[in-house]
Amino acid sequence: MSIRFGDPDRPNSYIGRTVPRPNAPRLAQGRGRYVDDLAPPRMVHVAFVRSPHAHARLGAVETAAARAVKGVLRVFTGAEIAAVCSPWVAVLAHLKGLKSPPQHALAVDRACWVGEPVAAVVAASRAAAEEGAALVDVAYEPLPAVTDMMSALDPETPVIHPDLGDNLAFRRLHHEGDVEAAFAGAHKVVAARFRTARHTGVTPEPRSILVDWNPAEGQLTAWHATQAPHMMQTVFAQHLAVPEARVRVICEDVGGSYGVKVHVYPDEMATAAIAKIMGRPVKFVADRLESFGSDIHARDHEISARLAVDADGRILAMDVDDWTAIGPYSVYPRTSAIEGNQVVNLCGGPYAFADYRAQTTVVFQNKTPTCQYRAVGHPIAVAITEGLVDMAAAELGMDPVEIRRRNFYADDAYPVTSPAKMRFEGLSHHASMDKLLTLMDLDALRADQAEARSRGVHRGLGFASFIELTNPSPFMYGIGGARISAQDGCTVRMDPDGSIVALSGVTEQGQGTEAMLSQVVAEGVGVRPEAVRVVTGDTQVTPYGGGTWASRGAGIGGEAALLSARALRGAILEVAAAMLQADAATLDIRDGVVVDAEGGAARLPLEELGRIVYFRGDTLPKGLPRELVQTRHFITSDYPFAFTNGVQASWLEVDVETGVVTLLKHWCVEDCGRVINPQLVDEQIRGGIVQGLGGALYEEIHYDADGQLLNGSMADYLVPMAAEMPDMVIGHVETPTRESMLGAKGAGEAGTAGAPAAVMNAINDALRPLGAQVTEMPFTPERILRALGALDD
Amino acid sequence: MKASVGGYARARDLRHALELLSVAGEAGRVLAGGQSLVAALNMRLTAGDILVDISALGACRGVDDAGDSLRIGALTRHVEIAEDPLVRAHAPMLAEAVGLIAHAAIRNRGTIGGAIAHADPAAEFPACALALGAEFEVESLSGPRTIPAAAFFRDTFETALAPGEILTAVIVPKAAEAEAQVIEEVARRCGDYALAGLCLTRRAGRHRLALFSLGPRPMLAERAMAALDAGDMAGAAAALKAEIDPPSDTQASAAYRRHLAGVLLRRAAARIEGGAA
Repeated sequence: MSIRFGDPDRPNSYIGRTVPRPNAPRLAQGRGRYVDDLAPPRMVHVAFVRSPHAHARLGAVETAAARAVKGVLRVFTGAEIAAVCSPWVAVLAHLKGLKSPPQHALAVDRACWVGEPVAAVVAASRAAAEEGAALVDVAYEPLPAVTDMMSALDPETPVIHPDLGDNLAFRRLHHEGDVEAAFAGAHKVVAARFRTARHTGVTPEPRSILVDWNPAEGQLTAWHATQAPHMMQTVFAQHLAVPEARVRVICEDVGGSYGVKVHVYPDEMATAAIAKIMGRPVKFVADRLESFGSDIHARDHEISARLAVDADGRILAMDVDDWTAIGPYSVYPRTSAIEGNQVVNLCGGPYAFADYRAQTTVVFQNKTPTCQYRAVGHPIAVAITEGLVDMAAAELGMDPVEIRRRNFYADDAYPVTSPAKMRFEGLSHHASMDKLLTLMDLDALRADQAEARSRGVHRGLGFASFIELTNPSPFMYGIGGARISAQDGCTVRMDPDGSIVALSGVTEQGQGTEAMLSQVVAEGVGVRPEAVRVVTGDTQVTPYGGGTWASRGAGIGGEAALLSARALRGAILEVAAAMLQADAATLDIRDGVVVDAEGGAARLPLEELGRIVYFRGDTLPKGLPRELVQTRHFITSDYPFAFTNGVQASWLEVDVETGVVTLLKHWCVEDCGRVINPQLVDEQIRGGIVQGLGGALYEEIHYDADGQLLNGSMADYLVPMAAEMPDMVIGHVETPTRESMLGAKGAGEAGTAGAPAAVMNAINDALRPLGAQVTEMPFTPERILRALGALDD
Repeated sequence: MKASVGGYARARDLRHALELLSVAGEAGRVLAGGQSLVAALNMRLTAGDILVDISALGACRGVDDAGDSLRIGALTRHVEIAEDPLVRAHAPMLAEAVGLIAHAAIRNRGTIGGAIAHADPAAEFPACALALGAEFEVESLSGPRTIPAAAFFRDTFETALAPGEILTAVIVPKAAEAEAQVIEEVARRCGDYALAGLCLTRRAGRHRLALFSLGPRPMLAERAMAALDAGDMAGAAAALKAEIDPPSDTQASAAYRRHLAGVLLRRAAARIEGGAA
C-alpha cells in the first residue's frame, strides 16, 4: 500500500509538513550532551605536541620536563602509539592509481605538515596537559617543504614520500567525444583560469572524542562527535585489534559537522590508543587554534577551462584541467582524491552537450591534509561551468537566462547520461528556472541596475544552475574497498503504552535528522510525531548504517525508517485484525488508534493492543505473529547516485572604489525530490548558501612559502557572519526519485554548491561595463580592485 | 588553549590597584574590560601575568562635563560612550566610532581606557583620541600626570605608560561651534578590525586627520592636514598616500591599504562638507 503524498488531507500526513524538532527543547534548555559535557570517573585529558615545521625529520623526544609538570601522568611518542594502533593507507581501488603512504596516529619518523601530532601528553586536566606539551622537546631536522601546487610535479621539486616515486597522488583523465574538433569548429570559445581557496569547516563544536577501555570486558567505548559512528566502530576495531562487537561508538549531540567529522584523524586515533594503553577514559577536545591546523581543509584548486559554443549559444564542448593539492597524506578512509574526481564528474552537469574532456591532477604537499567538506567538488565544478556559460553569453550578447535555457536537458528527456557518464533519473532545470524567475521580478532588478549604473553605483545579478550528488550507492566508496556503508537501517518498535521508538543508523549533527525521522515514522505507523522517540548515534543499539554524509540522511535513512515503520504498522494491524476478528486490509492506524480504514471509526487504541500483546498474550491465537519490532534496511540500486538540481541567483553591489561587495538578495530554487519537512529543508538550503557565500567572499587559509599556516584563528580566517548575509528566498520543485517509496533526495549541499558561482557571476555582471572580471575566490575587496586595475604597487 | 596566569587580584580602589601593580612588578598587568587581554591570555600570547583587576573602580567610570572638555573615566564601556548625551553632543566622533568597534557583546564589556592603553594600531579609539587632541590622565604611586595623545602612542601595543602607571581618564576637548567630526573605515565584515580607517575633524577651518590600521600606531597625517587646510583635496589625498607606509598581511596589501586611505579621505572630506560621499 502506497502513501498518497499528493493528498494533504490524508490521515497522518506528517511527511511534507513542518513539525517541531524533538531535540530542540533539550538544546534550548541547555540539556544537550556534547562530548565535552561528559566526565566519567578517572577521566584524563590529552594534549598534543604538534609539528611547528611543514616537513622535518624527528629526532630524540625529550619528555622529562613535561613529565615533571604537576598533573601530567604520561607522555607518548609516535613509536609507543604505533605499538597498539596500526597505520592506515587511504586509497580506493576504483580511483585507479591513487597512492598514499602509511599514516600513523602520531608521526613516527617525519612530520609532514605544520600541526601534525608528534607526541601526546596525558594529564589530570587539559591545562596541565598543555603545560606539559609546551615542555616536550622534539629534535626536529627541517626538510625542504613542498608548498606550491602547480610545481609539485616538477623534476626539481623534492619528493615528499620517496617510496612513492613522485608527488602525484592521483590523476584522472575523462574524455568523451572529440573535444579538439568541437573547439576547432566552434563559433566562439571562452576560456578562463579559476581558483578556489583552501577552506576549512569551522564547526561550532570542535572535534571531540572521549574513549574508555574496559580491560575486564575487552570493550572500547568512544563518545565521539562524528557523522559516521559505524564507520568509526569498524576503524577502531581494525586498527586497535578489537572485535567490532567490542567497540561501541556513542554519538550524542554534535555541534555541526559539514564533512569535517566524517574522517579518521590521527589525534583521535591516538586518544583511543592511549585509552587502551592506560585503561581509563581519555578526552580530547580540539581547541580552536589547533582545529585550523588539524581539521581537514578543502577546495584548494586551480583550474584552466574553456567552453565552445555555436552561434545560437549551444554548448558544443567543454575542456577542464583541474589541479588540487591535498597535503602529505590522502585522508582515511574516504581518500583525498574524491574532490578532484567530483570536479571531473560534475562540470557541465546541467547541460546537454557531447564533447567533454576533464582531467584532475591531485598532488601531495606539506600542508594540512584536505578531504571531503560540504558539497565536495560541487562549488568548484559549478563555478567553472557557470562562469564559462556567463562568459559565453556575454561574448554572444545573449541573456544569461536564455543561454541556460538553450542548453539545459529538457525536463522530459530523462533518464539521460551526461558526457561525464553521470546518470540522471529525473531533473527539472527548466521548471526550476521558471520558478526562480517567478520569485525574482527580473525586469525590476534590471531596471534598478540601469538606474543605479547611471548614478555610478554598480550592481550585478548572477545566476548559477547546478546539479547535486546525493543518496550515494556503494559506487562512491564501497566498490573501492572502503568499509563505508551506503545502506542504512532503522528499527521501529512499539512499547506497551503504544509509544514508538525508532533506532536509526543515520545521525543528528544539529541539522534536524531526528525531526525528519520522527515524522516519517509517525506517518508510517500512524501516530503523532511526538509519540515517536528517535534514537541515533549508538552502534550498540542502532542498525548498522553509514551515518550522515553526501546528503543521504533523508533519502536513505528516511526510507529505511519509512519501510520499518510500515512493517511495524503491518505487524500491529495483524494483531489488531485477530483481536477484532476483522480483515487487516480494512483497518488503519490514525493518531495512535486502530480504526476502520473506511469511515475512520475508532476500534482499538494502540495502548490496549500493547497491553494484550505484552501482558495477556495468552488471549491471542497461538502462533499469531506478534513482533511489534521491525527492522528494515535500504540501499539504492537503480542509480549510483540520486542527482538533484537547482538554480540560484545573487543580487549584489560592488563598491568600485573600495572593492567591497554588499550582498543584497539571494534566491534558490532546488529540487530534492520529496520535501519531508519544508522548514528544515529551507534552513538546510539557507545554511548551505551561507557556507557558499563564505567561500565566495571571505574564507581562505593562507600559508607562506615554507608551509607555515598564517591565519589560524577566527580573527583572521573569516567565516560568513549574519550581518553580511542577504535575505534569501527559497523555492522548490519536487521530482521524487522512483527508487524509494519516500521519493526523497538530499538537500544538504545544494546551497553550498551553487552560491559561489552565483556571486561570481553577479560580481562580473556588475564589473562587465568596466572591463573587469574576477575568477579567483574569495572575491576579496583587493582582488576586485586589482581586476579593475585600481591599484598601483 | 588554557590561559596560564601567574595571579589575579581585584582592586578595591585606585590606591589599592596601584599598590597591587607595584607589588606585581614586571609581571603586573591591568585587567579592565578584558576584551583584548583575555583573548591574548587564552591564546597564550602572554603567560604568567599577574592580573590586577580594576573593573570595580567606580570612580573611573562615567562621563563628566569639565567645562571646555569632557572627562571620560577609563572604565567607561564602549556601549556607554555610544549612548552618552555629553559625548554625543561634544565628541560625536567617539559615539560614531563605537558602531565600528567589534560586536555588541564586546562593546558591552570593553572600556575606552583599555582600548587606549592596549594601543592596537587597528583600533578606533586611539585614532579618535589623537584626532580630537585628547589627553590621558595617568596615576602611579608617585602621583598623577597627564600625557597628550600625540605623545602617548609609541608603537604597536606600546605606549608612554610607565610600569606601575594606570590610565584613569580621557580628557576630550569639547567640539567647537560648527566643528565637524567623522570617522571612516573599511572592514571585511561588520565588526572586524579595519583594513584602513581615518578620523577627520575640521575646527574653524583647520583639519586634523588621524589614521588607524595604516601604520604601527595611530598617526596624524600632517601633510594631508595642511593640504586640506589649503582647500586642496587632490593634494591632500596625494600627500596622504605619500606619507604613510602601511603594512601588508593576509587581509590586505600595503598597496590596497594606501589606495583605501585616499578613498576614505575623499569620503570623509565629502561628509564634512555636507555632501554625499
